[in-house]
Amino acid sequence: MARAGLTGSRIRERRSVLGLRQAELARQAGISASYLNLIEHNRRRIGGKILRDIAGVLGVDPAQLSEGAGVALTATLREAAADRPDAGAEAEAAEEFAGRFPGWARLLAEQHGQIGRLEQSVEALTDRLAHDPHLAASLHEVLSTVTAIRSAATILVETRELEPEWRARFHRNIHEDSARLADGAQRLVDELDAGQAQSAAPVAPQDEVDAFLALSDGHVAAIEAGRDPETALEGASFGSSAARDMARRMLTRMAQDVAALPMDRLAAALRDQAGPVPDPSALAAGFGVPTGLVMRRLVSLPPDLRETLLPAPPGLVIADASGTLLFRREVTGFPVPRYGAACPLWPLFSAFSRPGVPIRQGLRMAGRGEGRFTAFAIAEADQPLRAGEEPVWRSHMLIWPDAEVADTAPRVGVSCRICPREFCRSRREPSIMARGA
Amino acid sequence: MDKTVLLIEDEPNIIEAISFILMRDGWRVATHSNGVDAVGAVATRRPDLVILDVMLPGRSGYDILRDLRAAEETAELPVLMLTARGQTRDREMAEQLGASRFMAKPFSNAEMLEAVNDLVRS
Repeated sequence: MARAGLTGSRIRERRSVLGLRQAELARQAGISASYLNLIEHNRRRIGGKILRDIAGVLGVDPAQLSEGAGVALTATLREAAADRPDAGAEAEAAEEFAGRFPGWARLLAEQHGQIGRLEQSVEALTDRLAHDPHLAASLHEVLSTVTAIRSAATILVETRELEPEWRARFHRNIHEDSARLADGAQRLVDELDAGQAQSAAPVAPQDEVDAFLALSDGHVAAIEAGRDPETALEGASFGSSAARDMARRMLTRMAQDVAALPMDRLAAALRDQAGPVPDPSALAAGFGVPTGLVMRRLVSLPPDLRETLLPAPPGLVIADASGTLLFRREVTGFPVPRYGAACPLWPLFSAFSRPGVPIRQGLRMAGRGEGRFTAFAIAEADQPLRAGEEPVWRSHMLIWPDAEVADTAPRVGVSCRICPREFCRSRREPSIMARGA
Repeated sequence: MDKTVLLIEDEPNIIEAISFILMRDGWRVATHSNGVDAVGAVATRRPDLVILDVMLPGRSGYDILRDLRAAEETAELPVLMLTARGQTRDREMAEQLGASRFMAKPFSNAEMLEAVNDLVRS
């Protein structure tokens, strides 16, 4: 992303890398130190001869200063090189390449990002049953009904001397099942239609932000390294300015989180942590920071630390007071609905009834794998409060896979439409899984 | 023959059809239709073979299979897993947990009979 306005910052950055004093650079470039100071703070536009002279002293191409090869761009190039080692790209020359051919470098970086996103959509499409619980439930219903019909029909045709009572019973079963099959097939068609409509529709800003985060698996190295959100956004492309704004807000929050709880402190505490699943409220108490902040930090750990320090990668859901999901990081076996509302039995929502009180709750996920999880939830004010100010409440729920959870733990669902839980007083609408409806 | 099969499945019409063909084939058929106490049902009935659906109310067939394999008396019991999603992942999961055989819905009656008879013979 070219930001001509930041030429001064790049000059300052390059100068500090070389360990050159401002006065010295000014002298060599033939301008006054105070003028260079204004340039470096982006308070004077710079171009032409002065830019060429400064670039000459700094030993870089003028375009690298005016258009910004940028740290993020170089990092992306190195990443691209590392992804395809066989191509033999000279990773150590990434910066020089970006400096000499900024346009080509940006093209390569953008294509690298695009490839990542496309690989993800291909994966999602190939395994649509795993990514779309509604579709999986409808298909299961159809296949079960077909099995019953096929079996009963074969019995009617192949069994010699079938007693009239049996014959009548299988006829009736086929009749019932054919009605169920017709309904199920219609729902399946609806699901498939809806799937097409979704992919054709413009992507929601939240989806773009999610995709941006998913690219790096939740870990944004630039933010972790203390760079500003603008730098971290360099090279990322968004379809709408709303998405870019949301991403910037999210990265700003992430940068605040990093400042409040640096990675090495969190890693040290995790190493000392006892018990099968880390308790974010205990960690938060130790650090004197909000529990929600610790939860956000836990899902933004770099992959290598996540591997060594955590029992499993956790999931995280964040909701505002309306119950709208603001953030979702899924964990296998605990899907979070993309569209529409989630299961009201999640501790994410009950946490709102006792703000500030951390909840620990074993959960069983109804349907499909019937997986077991330990969830930690807390509703907290989003910012430190002042008298006379209304708090903005956010509820966080961190989800750990946990096979140790007892059989007596509450059973929760994903969302009503696909939930097999029977006799649920919280049910909002009938389930499409006919047996539980 | 006089062998007992325990059918753990929750679709009533599938239960009826499978029970019928197995009985005509000479099996004693017991049925059980929820996941929660399925392991207990196996222990009480002591069948020669279990047909186990993956998607059961209350508890997944995979969890039930894991428990059966962990217990000494049922570690070697032939178990035929049924699933409505014949995906590779489900098949791998079933094999990993020690299913004796795996069958994707919709199957034919003949396939079912062949599978159960193979399982008690081997």
